[in-house]
Amino acid sequence: MSDQAIRLSGLHKAFGRNQVLRGVDLEIPAGQVTVLMGANGAGKSTLVKILCGVHAADSGEITLGGAPLVANSPSDALRAGVVTVHQNINDGVVPDLDVVSNLVLDSLAGGGGVFLRRGQMRARARQIAAAVGLEIDVRRQVSDLSLADRQLVSIARAMAHEPRLLILDEPTSSLSAVEADRLFDLVEQLRDRGVAILYISHRMSDIRRLADRIVSMRDGAISGVFEDAPLDYSGSVRAMLGHEITEVDIAIPQPGRPVLEVRDLVLRDGARPFSLEARENEVIAITGLVGSGKSDFAGALFGLAAPVSGTMRLDGGPHAPASARAAIDAGVFLCPKDRLINAVVADFDITRNLTLPFIARHSRLSFLSFRSERATAGRMIGTMGIVCQNPSDGILTLSGGNQQKVMVARWMAEAARLLILDEPFQGVDIQARRDIGHKIRETSAHRATIVFVAELDEALEIADRVLVMSEHSIVGEHRNENIDVSAIMAQVVDAEPARAAGQ
Amino acid sequence: MKDTSHLIDFAIKYGFLLLMAALIVVFGLNAEGFLSPFSAVFILQSVAITGILALGVTATLVVGGFDLSIGAVATSALMLSAYVMVVWEMSAGMAVVLCLLMGAAVGLVNGLLIVKARIPDLLATLGMMFLLVGLQRIPTEGRSISTGMALPDGSTAAGIFSPGFLMLGRHRLDLIVPDLLPLSVVFLVVIAVLVWVFLELTRHGRLMYAIGSNAQAASLAGANVNRYKIAAYMISGTLASVGGILLAARLGRGDVASGNNLLLDSVAAALIGFAVLGASKPNAFGTAIGALFVGILLQGLTMMNAPYYTQDFIKGGVLVIALVFTFALSGRGGRGRG
Repeated sequence: MSDQAIRLSGLHKAFGRNQVLRGVDLEIPAGQVTVLMGANGAGKSTLVKILCGVHAADSGEITLGGAPLVANSPSDALRAGVVTVHQNINDGVVPDLDVVSNLVLDSLAGGGGVFLRRGQMRARARQIAAAVGLEIDVRRQVSDLSLADRQLVSIARAMAHEPRLLILDEPTSSLSAVEADRLFDLVEQLRDRGVAILYISHRMSDIRRLADRIVSMRDGAISGVFEDAPLDYSGSVRAMLGHEITEVDIAIPQPGRPVLEVRDLVLRDGARPFSLEARENEVIAITGLVGSGKSDFAGALFGLAAPVSGTMRLDGGPHAPASARAAIDAGVFLCPKDRLINAVVADFDITRNLTLPFIARHSRLSFLSFRSERATAGRMIGTMGIVCQNPSDGILTLSGGNQQKVMVARWMAEAARLLILDEPFQGVDIQARRDIGHKIRETSAHRATIVFVAELDEALEIADRVLVMSEHSIVGEHRNENIDVSAIMAQVVDAEPARAAGQ
Repeated sequence: MKDTSHLIDFAIKYGFLLLMAALIVVFGLNAEGFLSPFSAVFILQSVAITGILALGVTATLVVGGFDLSIGAVATSALMLSAYVMVVWEMSAGMAVVLCLLMGAAVGLVNGLLIVKARIPDLLATLGMMFLLVGLQRIPTEGRSISTGMALPDGSTAAGIFSPGFLMLGRHRLDLIVPDLLPLSVVFLVVIAVLVWVFLELTRHGRLMYAIGSNAQAASLAGANVNRYKIAAYMISGTLASVGGILLAARLGRGDVASGNNLLLDSVAAALIGFAVLGASKPNAFGTAIGALFVGILLQGLTMMNAPYYTQDFIKGGVLVIALVFTFALSGRGGRGRG
């Protein structure tokens, strides 16, 4: 206990003007599982990348067993005893090689001789596998193994380095319950052997099973440390999501007629069916942790993936769009999350980004009307308050907040029946967040609006009703009036043990 | 500081056109007759076929793809048109129609391989290239096709290249001077204008550019990404077959050995096009200028008696300079592939 395996103090890191870590102080003791929680953008992955040598911190210090840890590259970190198992399982293994080669890969890359000595390699690989209780034929191809076995192979490989700090980044995100159990057993063994373990996860069931301590991160700093048994799980989630109620006056208007009716929708096998209704002149926020199924629901409404079962009705008629185009034609628009991946066309200027989904409206017999495009762009730049020099400037010349305004404006240029916004406040400054929120509410009279947000603050700022999503189902509903934040928190956190029961 | 950045902007935008103007001046002063209308027409004629192929590649580059099979499609069209007229003794019109269908069909297959079978574009079109290079030689057991050739079954091919067909490649229109402008140059100009209009002025072109820049975003904005990608390869295949028809009409025989340089020359023209006017993206105008640039360079060097084997070297040098203009100077990174 007294031997602090690793200690971080005053860690800062900025990417350009974006301050990602604002002074992180953290201790990760040996022989314990420290769970790190944080919403998207809290700085978890940057912290992990600094620990494993991918990024260098701008300032601050890391010590390992009292001695400073200087990791300028991933191989430095590995040599110092910091081993990371990444979220994407296939990042940790080479699928086209057999288990033997995977297990001894690092020593292969380290050099020494030109020719391979199979017998020696196989013996060493068996030794490594046995050390973590991995019972598989080491001659098999990794590509033939199940995801869980691949995960174990990558952990076994990591363990061959005799790590002092093992970082597991959402390791169960693609495992079944049984497979996850095997992983937990292994993690517990390693902990008992005195390895310091940093476990990053959003899954409350995993956290309940493993955590000795919970550290919550928010906005680039540690926002809470919980180490007294019994662990305060809801406190840790509150620290991660933040609970300061922002001063917003939501005057809940009288909702109009129903637009979207969802009945007994099942988003994935084993999830509980749910129903909901969205009305005209109503803004609904759906909140929940990462991986709770928010984007899957958005995708089902927008025709990206059909739900397992259940019905959706739009204005009384059936709604089962086969594609994004079909959804758009039906009046269901989706402003997706992660704008740089899903929305921004980097080669286009502001105008062309704005007119992209409804380009047909700006053309006659397929020929574009640049005048009509300019008129729409000018109008939307005005109404959304987009700050730009010229509508013909490249989209990437804008700040993040203004880029996001363009992406939202894109879908507000035409009248929607149902407007869905997935994480519309992602990566925008506070002013842009206010502007976008106001604009969404202001224009909502003649449509239904659903906003998906992980941050509860954002939900409370924008919605008439807040629904809570967990394990791919709606688990709570709250009118945004004298709202009981801790009740929402409890629902956000309280993942039913559906995974254990279901699979 | 400001002056240098203006200078760089200027260089990015007009550097390549200035370079071309400078070349014309240098050749004009040093090579006698370079500035005559006949020389100009000769340059245009020499780049007509590669230019048309390059416009097809441009369409695939726009959607973020690449078509390596264009050279093979062109030579297949050359062989097919010869086979249709000489062996099957059909009309010129039939030959043209079958070649265009063949080009479009190859483009369709390329597109399906890439979109449905999810084969990376370079590999799918490389495979198609090999397939076509072999296929076009099977019917004649590897020999060139000309009137009077012996067929595998022992008979003699009696068909001929009809005069109307040969006109496509050889006829010259009167422009200022009689017999000046070759028909193939007219085809190049018309196709360049059509492709430019399609890419710049129609919503289909706009969506294709969006797909090339961010296919995921285009798809979520409701564009049918797969259909546009397939269409791009069909445009590419069809234009390549047009190039092959013009080549057949110029040669007057189904020559198995011609068209070796078509792929590389047309890809070079399309990539040089990235640098024209600082576009940093595939574009029809740039491609046409790129083809012209290569033509001017080669014609000038030839007239100054530079040895033939320096030509590929010079072409490579120009391509590298153009890519530096596009990627290094303009810092925007561009997005070209291949």
